[in-house]
Amino acid sequence: MIVLDVLTGVLLTAALFFFVSGTVGLLRFPDLYSRLHALTKADNVGLGLTVLALMLRAENWSEVFKLGLIWVLVLAASATVCFLIGNEAYRRGQKPWMSPLYGSSLRKEAPTSALNEPHVGGSDEAKARRLR
Amino acid sequence: MSALYFSAALALLLTVILGLGYVFRQPGRADSLLAALLFGSTGVALVLVLGKGLGMPRALDIALVFALLAAVLGVAFVLRGWPDDDSKEDPKP
Repeated sequence: MIVLDVLTGVLLTAALFFFVSGTVGLLRFPDLYSRLHALTKADNVGLGLTVLALMLRAENWSEVFKLGLIWVLVLAASATVCFLIGNEAYRRGQKPWMSPLYGSSLRKEAPTSALNEPHVGGSDEAKARRLR
Repeated sequence: MSALYFSAALALLLTVILGLGYVFRQPGRADSLLAALLFGSTGVALVLVLGKGLGMPRALDIALVFALLAAVLGVAFVLRGWPDDDSKEDPKP
């Protein structure tokens, strides 16, 4: 039993580390896209570790199943919402943050030209149809 | 053992408060949408850990509902409630 206790503590601590790094990313990252990235990736790993820790302490199998279901649901939800927010922001013309180093000494051509065109989404075929 | 759960819940609550404080300091920005995502993952973990610490098996159902609502909330925000102030030059087609 003591092994289970230690394992639960380790998993919960690791989960807290991921949650805190997700929030630090939200506070410190420069634009919407990188903040989305921090929130969805780090927090979902943290939730997964929390679920694992609680699975070890579950009383019956239905609890384990429910915990797993919660994690999968949150994964699906945050992946969907992340895509929707990112896509809508890009479609409305929000520019992704560029490092000042970009396009100076590290790259020959400026990479921002592709970003100035409005993003319409879909395949090239769909784009061509929309242009017609 | 429950002290571990309570301290974990406290730390999670602090991260949620920090994140929400950031989000609400930016009025009218699209970043307020991130609050939905924050509640979706950190809020669910908070409910789970707190429920385990308090010995409430019903907390699992609450977390399940939170997880379901997070998806609907995010989609509704993006489709209906996106603030329009930072996109005047690029109106919806």
